[in-house]
Amino acid sequence: MFVKQISIFLENKSGRLAEVTTILGDNVIDISALSLADTTNFGILRLIVNNPVRAEEVLRDNGFTTSVTSVTAIGVKDQPGGLAAALRILNDAGVEIEYMYAFVSKKEDEALVILKTGEPEKAEEVLSSNGINVLTAEEVYDL
Amino acid sequence: MLYWNQSRECMPREEMQKLQNERLIKTVKRVYHNVPYYRARMQEKGIEPGDIKGIEDLPKLPFTYKQDLRDNYPFGTFAVPLSEIVRIHASSGTTGKKTVVGYTRSDIERWSEVMARTLVSAGATKESVIQVAYGYGLFTGGLGAHYGAEKLGASVIPISGGNTRLQVEIMKDFGTTILACTPSYALYMAEEIEEAGIKLSELKLKAGVFGAEPCSDAMRNEIERKLGILAIDIYGLSEVIGPGVASECPCKCGLHIQEDHFIPEIIDPETEEVLPPGSQGELVFTTITKEGLPLIRYRTRDVSSLEYSPCACGRTLVRMSKVTGRTDDMLIIRGVNVFPSQIESVLLEMGDTAPHYLIIVDRVSNLDVMEVWVEMTSTMFSDEVKRIEDIEKNIRKRIEDTLGLSVQVKLVEPKSIERSQGKAKRVIDKRKI
Repeated sequence: MFVKQISIFLENKSGRLAEVTTILGDNVIDISALSLADTTNFGILRLIVNNPVRAEEVLRDNGFTTSVTSVTAIGVKDQPGGLAAALRILNDAGVEIEYMYAFVSKKEDEALVILKTGEPEKAEEVLSSNGINVLTAEEVYDL
Repeated sequence: MLYWNQSRECMPREEMQKLQNERLIKTVKRVYHNVPYYRARMQEKGIEPGDIKGIEDLPKLPFTYKQDLRDNYPFGTFAVPLSEIVRIHASSGTTGKKTVVGYTRSDIERWSEVMARTLVSAGATKESVIQVAYGYGLFTGGLGAHYGAEKLGASVIPISGGNTRLQVEIMKDFGTTILACTPSYALYMAEEIEEAGIKLSELKLKAGVFGAEPCSDAMRNEIERKLGILAIDIYGLSEVIGPGVASECPCKCGLHIQEDHFIPEIIDPETEEVLPPGSQGELVFTTITKEGLPLIRYRTRDVSSLEYSPCACGRTLVRMSKVTGRTDDMLIIRGVNVFPSQIESVLLEMGDTAPHYLIIVDRVSNLDVMEVWVEMTSTMFSDEVKRIEDIEKNIRKRIEDTLGLSVQVKLVEPKSIERSQGKAKRVIDKRKI
C-alpha cells in the first residue's frame, strides 16, 4: 500500500498554517512529515500524518480544499551520495520525479525522503530491486 | 475658429426645439414602420406615431435598454437593410454577446460632423496634427475621432492605443498638437515623456480630447499640469453614436450635448419619471437623425444632470454634468466596459470553477488594473503547483478573451468570498477617480 499524502490549498495570508496544525492537533492527528510549496499567490501544504482518512475529513469539515495523493517513502544512507544513488536508479528507469522532500528520521543512520513520481508502482519496484529501503505506509504513519 | 457649425451650436433655444420636434416626429414614424421591435413596444403602450407631436410627448414613448439590443442580436434593431449599412461596431454586452451598432453612409457623415464639433471645441483647426490614441477596431473611439479629425481637415495620426514609447516619439517628431485618448492613458503618456527625458517645450501639444472613461476634475488638472495642455472631457457611447455625443468647451462647465442629433432626458431610474432640469438622475437619449440604429429613449445607466442656461462660450446647446456614476454595475476599465456578469458566465462555462468571484479594480501608475478572485474547488485542486498555475492561466485567458482586457486571476480558498442573501458584492473599486 502506498503512503497517502494529504495536500491542502492555502492562500498566502497570515495564520493559515497555524490554523491547519491546530485543527490536526485538536483531533489528535500526528504529523510525521510536511512540505510547503508556495508561489506568490498561494501555497500547497503537503502532509504525511498518522491517520490520513481522519485528517482529510476534519480539514474538509473546516472548509479546506484537500486532495490525497500516493507517494513513495524511502530511507537512504545518511552519508554523502546516499540520495544520489536512489535518484540515479529512478532516472535510469525513466521514472520522473514531480517533487520530493526530506524529513527527520528517528533512526540515526538513515535519512527519509518522500518522492512524488509519475509512476509510483514502477518507482517502488525499481527502488526495492536495487536495494533501496522503501517504507510501507504503516512504517511511515508510525514515525 | 470658435465653432465648427455655429448655426447649430449657437441656435436659439426655440429654433432648436422646433428642429427637434420635426426630427423626432420623423424618427418615430420611421422606427414604427421599419423596426418590428419598436412597433411592438409602441403597440404594447397603445401609442401610434401620430400621438407624438413634439418633444413634450417623449415620456409617452417606451424606453430602450441594452438588453433589448442584445435580445435582437445582432441586427434586429437596425432600421435599414444591411445593404445600407457601411460600418458595424460593437461594445461589451452584459453577458457573452456584444452590443452591435450599425451606421449608414450618412450616419458616418453625421458622426464625423459631431466629432468635428468636439475637436473644434478643444481648439482644433485644419492646421492641427491630431494623434488618435484611442483603440481602432470594434470599439468606436479610434475611428470616431479619426473621421471627425479628417472631416475637420486636420492631419490625422491613426496610431491607435498602446506602444507608448512610439506614441511619445511620434508626438515629438510629428509635432502632434491635439491628443485623443482615454484620460488614464494621457497620464501614462505624461510619465513616459518624463522618463524619456523629453521636455514639454520640445512638444507642440496644445490640447487633448479625453473620454471613454470617467475623468474627475482632479485627474483633469493633473493631465493639464503634466502635459501643459487644455484637457477637454468628451462623452459618447457606441449605442448612441460613439464619441461626439457631448463635449466640453474651454469653459469646462459641463459637456454640450449635440442636441440637433440627440435629445437628452434625465429620469429617476426607479420611478422612471422625467426629472426637471438640474436634477441628478439617469441620462436617457433619443437619437433623431440616425438611420442605421435609431434609439428611442435609450437608458444609458450613466448618472448626470442637465443645465439649460446659456454658456459663456456662446453655445446654446444644453450641458450635461460630468458623469458621476452608474445605475448598474458596469465598470469602465482602461476605456473598456466590463460587466461583472461577463466574468460569472466565463466561470459557469468552465464547469470546474464555482461562480463565486470578486473583482478588485485599482489604479497603479495611472493604469487601471483588474484582479479577479476565484474560489478554489476540489475538482480544480492538485498537489502540484504547475497544475494549479495552469488552471489559473486558463481562467485568466478565458476572461481576457471575453473582456478583451488583461486581468490577473488569484485563486482563493473556498467560501472565502463573502456570500450575501441579497445582492452579492462582486466588485471592490479602489480607484480614486
